[in-house]
Amino acid sequence: MEKSTHLQLKLFAARMRKLIIEGVYSAQSGHPGGSLSSTEIFAYLYGSKMRVDPATPENPDRDRFVLSKGHCAPGLYAALSQRGFFDPCNIKDFRKCGSMLQGHPCRACIPGVDMSTGSLGQGISTAVGMAMMGKLDKKDYRVYSILGDGELQEGQVWEALMSAAHYKLDNLSAFIDFNGLQIDGKTDDVMSLGSIEAKVSAFGWHMIPVDGHDFEAIEAAVTEAENTKGKPTMVVAKTHKGKGVSFMEDQAGWHGKAPNQQEYEQAMAELDATLAELEVQA
Amino acid sequence: MSKMATREAYGKALVEFGNRDDVVVLDADLSKSTMTTFFQKAYPERHFNMGIAEGNMMSVAAGMSTCDKTVFASTFAIFAAERALEQVRNSICYPNLNVKVCATHSGITVGEDGASHQCIEDLATMRALPNMRVIQPCDAASTRAVIRAVMDTEGPFYVRLGRLAVEGVYGEYADDIKFEIGKANTIREGNDITIIASGLMVQQSIAAVDMLKAKGINARLLDMHTIKPIDVAAIEKASMDTGAIVTVEEHNIFGGLGSAVAEVLSETRPCIMKRVGMMDVFGKSGKPEALLQIFNLTPESIVAAVEETIAKK
Ligand SMILES: Cc1ncc(C[n+]2csc(CCOP(=O)(O)OP(=O)(O)O)c2C)c(N)n1
Ligand SMILES: [Mg+2]
Repeated sequence: MEKSTHLQLKLFAARMRKLIIEGVYSAQSGHPGGSLSSTEIFAYLYGSKMRVDPATPENPDRDRFVLSKGHCAPGLYAALSQRGFFDPCNIKDFRKCGSMLQGHPCRACIPGVDMSTGSLGQGISTAVGMAMMGKLDKKDYRVYSILGDGELQEGQVWEALMSAAHYKLDNLSAFIDFNGLQIDGKTDDVMSLGSIEAKVSAFGWHMIPVDGHDFEAIEAAVTEAENTKGKPTMVVAKTHKGKGVSFMEDQAGWHGKAPNQQEYEQAMAELDATLAELEVQA
Repeated sequence: MSKMATREAYGKALVEFGNRDDVVVLDADLSKSTMTTFFQKAYPERHFNMGIAEGNMMSVAAGMSTCDKTVFASTFAIFAAERALEQVRNSICYPNLNVKVCATHSGITVGEDGASHQCIEDLATMRALPNMRVIQPCDAASTRAVIRAVMDTEGPFYVRLGRLAVEGVYGEYADDIKFEIGKANTIREGNDITIIASGLMVQQSIAAVDMLKAKGINARLLDMHTIKPIDVAAIEKASMDTGAIVTVEEHNIFGGLGSAVAEVLSETRPCIMKRVGMMDVFGKSGKPEALLQIFNLTPESIVAAVEETIAKK
């Protein structure tokens, strides 16, 4: 990865994190933890990889993205707004009456949102449908999706994985945000998943474990996915929930909680400092 | 006139009208029963078996429809409208996508498979979903008309189809008939009472109307094929003209056609009414005709309901 691209992506991610906190703070509700853990994945896809154009959000040849863990809408909205799909100032109205920015992604109301999600397990199936039609129509678009590790407890995820392997959807690359946490605590305590890597492989997917906060590793995995023929690829991204805000990191309690004013100020101070450091390098 | 099940007419209509790139058909390991197998043979590249995974199938259908497709998703009614209810709601109806859920084996006339497979709650669940339109054709010709219409109308539909071969009400499969989504068809004219039926209860009601005629009662019969959006004008008119209504459905009396008619009447022109349907009980195994007897979904029980209702006018 070019040094300048790497820095641009880090800036994209740093600005995203501020928007995530901004949105959740002004709504006084929403999901910061998983949005922050997926930030680098969002940033890589929307900041560099995906062939999408805010001027033509419905272009039939565009790459598609489905946020299967729809509760991480703040992350998606931060990425979309930075990519130019809408003005980031909309984020202060997140979850408010009259705002297009619904609590969970809404396809009908938000430009750039390819699928409405929020009910865990369904998004990955819709991504499978999109990839199947890409094959039928002989189009070269790719379909991306992010799942939560807790989400893997939904049986439908495995139905979707099975069907993607059956239809040899090598135009589909999904990510598991492997942060080890869900609402009620550690995934291992709530309902242990065993070896995610082994399960995904056993379902016929190409599986690539990566550090989910490392852009170069994410890029290498996505490139490997593109070069993998005859099967879909799952990037199992080891992450830290709440990444970037010290007191939120690896805390299940920050799954779906908004910061109070003091917490907000501390979070923003930390995120501003990170951003300032990057801006100096730019 | 030859008998044909509405599921068979569905399979034929998919082939007849589905010769277009945007039409894709999904099934969940029941294609020989839902009869999407006809389409699979005609257009194998646009038919996808999704295996025994109905929830996934509904969400996959939703994703496909966002790629400018007209998607038909079929399985038994019980699995489409209940196993996969939440997927139909959140993946299809909330984003208002172009998916036609065409469910066969509705009602008790599934027969020998018994209660686990006899769906008598799907009108209730599907009717409750915003953006969803709900249609139940009664015979082959009207099924053909319905499939042709929903293929050309954007957005989610639930089409309720049956396993049992039924008599033609409008003619043979290939007959072009007058059919408009949301507009009830008057099958028999009459001013003493109105029977509102859908699905194969239309045929049962025709027999009832004839029996009533012999008793000097002139019943109007409406085929309420579109259960949502329901034909409010036809119901109001029935209330004003005949002052009594009996609804007849192969569905639980809670939440289906009878409930939909009662909702309209109570807010517009109330009149005495009675629901004939499954009396909040599960079905059981047996021959379809025997089950219709056991659960009082016969012309005789419709006649009895009509007489009871007229007496209260
Ligand atoms: C079908 C369904 N059940 C329950 C929920 C409520 N819920 C929202 S987020 C969540 C936990 C998700 O954990 P995980 O998938 O690990 O996401 P992340 O840690 O990345 O935030 C739950 C149970 C839901 N949205 N959908
Ligand atoms: Mg998690």
